[in-house]
Amino acid sequence: MSEPRITVYTPDSSLARPATMVRDMFRDLWAGRELAWRLAVRDISAQYRQAFLGIVWAFLLPLANTVTWIFLSGTGVVSVGETPIPYPVYVFTGTMLWAILMDAMNAPLQQTTAAKAMLAKLNFPREAILLSGIYQTLFNGVIKIALLLAALLFLGINPGWGLLLFPLGVLSLILMGTAVGLLITPVGMLYTDIGKALPLLMQFLMYLTPVVFPLPKEGIASTLFHLNPMTPVILTTRDWLTGMTPAYFGYFLAVNAVAFLLLLAVWIAYRLAMPILIERMSA
Amino acid sequence: MRISDTLIKVEGVSKKFCRSLKRSLWYGMQDLGSELRGRRHGRNGALRLQEFWAIRDTTFSVRRGETLGLIGPNGAGKTTLLRMLNGLIKPDQGRIEIRGRMQALIALGAGFNPVLTGRENIFVNASVLGVSKHDVARRFDDIVAFSGIPEFIDAPVQSYSSGMAVRLGFAVAAHLDPEILLVDEVLAVGDEGFQARCLNKIGELKDGGTAIILVSHNMHTISTFSSRVMLLKPGGFEIFTEVSDGVMAYKRLFQGEAATDIEKITTGTPEWKVLNVVHSAQVMEPGASFEMTIDYCAARHFADVEVDVTLRSNNDAGCHYQATNRAYGQVIDFGQGEGRFRFRLEGIRLNNAGGLIAVAIWEKGRKHQLFWWRIPVQFLGRSYSVGGVFYEASFEIVSAVTPMTHA
Repeated sequence: MSEPRITVYTPDSSLARPATMVRDMFRDLWAGRELAWRLAVRDISAQYRQAFLGIVWAFLLPLANTVTWIFLSGTGVVSVGETPIPYPVYVFTGTMLWAILMDAMNAPLQQTTAAKAMLAKLNFPREAILLSGIYQTLFNGVIKIALLLAALLFLGINPGWGLLLFPLGVLSLILMGTAVGLLITPVGMLYTDIGKALPLLMQFLMYLTPVVFPLPKEGIASTLFHLNPMTPVILTTRDWLTGMTPAYFGYFLAVNAVAFLLLLAVWIAYRLAMPILIERMSA
Repeated sequence: MRISDTLIKVEGVSKKFCRSLKRSLWYGMQDLGSELRGRRHGRNGALRLQEFWAIRDTTFSVRRGETLGLIGPNGAGKTTLLRMLNGLIKPDQGRIEIRGRMQALIALGAGFNPVLTGRENIFVNASVLGVSKHDVARRFDDIVAFSGIPEFIDAPVQSYSSGMAVRLGFAVAAHLDPEILLVDEVLAVGDEGFQARCLNKIGELKDGGTAIILVSHNMHTISTFSSRVMLLKPGGFEIFTEVSDGVMAYKRLFQGEAATDIEKITTGTPEWKVLNVVHSAQVMEPGASFEMTIDYCAARHFADVEVDVTLRSNNDAGCHYQATNRAYGQVIDFGQGEGRFRFRLEGIRLNNAGGLIAVAIWEKGRKHQLFWWRIPVQFLGRSYSVGGVFYEASFEIVSAVTPMTHA
């Protein structure tokens, strides 16, 4: 018989023993994969079973956004600058990619809040919740991308070999979204204000990212657009999709590296926060 | 290889909670901050405003094959303690050491995801516990058979009744060979047939070396399952190696400390003066009698008075006894002048309960009350007896075959 697993609970922060902590993190991530998969399958099928329009919801919002902006710019209500590709393609790809980013960003807080009851009563790898959120974002993302590709072919855009790199772009959107979403989750679990303020903030941020507007050439707007870390991610991913050469590839790599480190850090924070959150949730 | 026999070791564990939700959330933010800076949880043991100790300095251990019954009044911290053992929340002080795989049945349907079906939940539960898919598949039929709900196994758990969820929960927990099992007041939900099967299963697990902690308000469950009892009360705990002693101590908690003051609502009238009252001790053994003697001085003749006696116990039995002298076909007259009246209640059989004996004397027709006292009493308990009443009984071997002697 093998030596049984010994678990010790003390008031000490697990940061005190980093090696044990990192080992536990990856062990739990691995142990939670089955649960994550089942949760994701369940959530996705429940989501589409209970909605009349089903899968359409995955892209209805970005589609509506696209139509709005094509109308605004076509009628001259808003004058949008010169875009490197036809404007409808530009705004459609932009809003679709942005929607994937938003999905990823909302997932951690949403999933954790939905799992509150389970968290309070059952000790299971908490990573399963996050993983399940990522699976769901991926699933919805694939639907969006399928529609996007169909539309591009219809509009006569040939992505070329860049398309092979495009999944990397999507993954980096999800990486970034998850990292930021996870960052706000611990506080968001305690105070609901966070969950309410996020869409507001992101709406504003969208207009500082080349989603519906092209990158401004000069002025304060240009500086803000360039400082925004979402800019290179959206631009590069869109360039790969539409057969262009990415202009900000270096910036893209740097942002991803930072996002990856951020994800690791907030993952640790999430784990440390969990017992405290559960205590306060049930208090 | 020598494997330590102590599977659960709890040393000086304390946990504090906050009474105000707003403050509690803010403390949560503070704790979050200090946790992320690598500081100790719970600081140096000082209470912040509106905080209190839910569990204080608790130390115990549970060995292989042992069942610890955890009892105590509501709010004593039983569930909090289990949640700490299960790793859901962190202790503020002390240390908890768990050896081996743990299964916890905390609250109804816990451990199950409501949207998943029973079948899926079994596999998920097992994967979380680190039991391989293959192993679960092998035991799947046993689990379903034990739960007794094969027709619902493919329905989402949210459609289960509370009893069904508990049945499945216990079936899974018991069949995944946990080394440690925590059960929080859930078996009470199952019907009697299921409870009997659980009892057998727990016995099997105990023999197999599982350490069990069982929380229940049902003293019968506790005394049937446990090998030791831990009594948690606000601000402290006690461990009893003799289960019935623990059960008695638990019951005594509800008998009230201030319950020795006699409530003298009416003690005589100007026409019927009470000179002296003597009564038996207020603490008595099951089977004891209660006697009350009243010396009075009557200004006139009181014909056919009514003596109404009530015995209440504060356990499940409630109003236990009520009768007047008429029930016994007795007519009582108080003649003019001084006299002595005695009443005696024979062989009171309350077991381990607090209670009240009320004696009221009425003039004929119940127009005027001459006397009414309510006397708190306490009945001691007998070891190895958890019921509300204790009867005399005899046990004897009427005949026996002489056992064969071994050569």
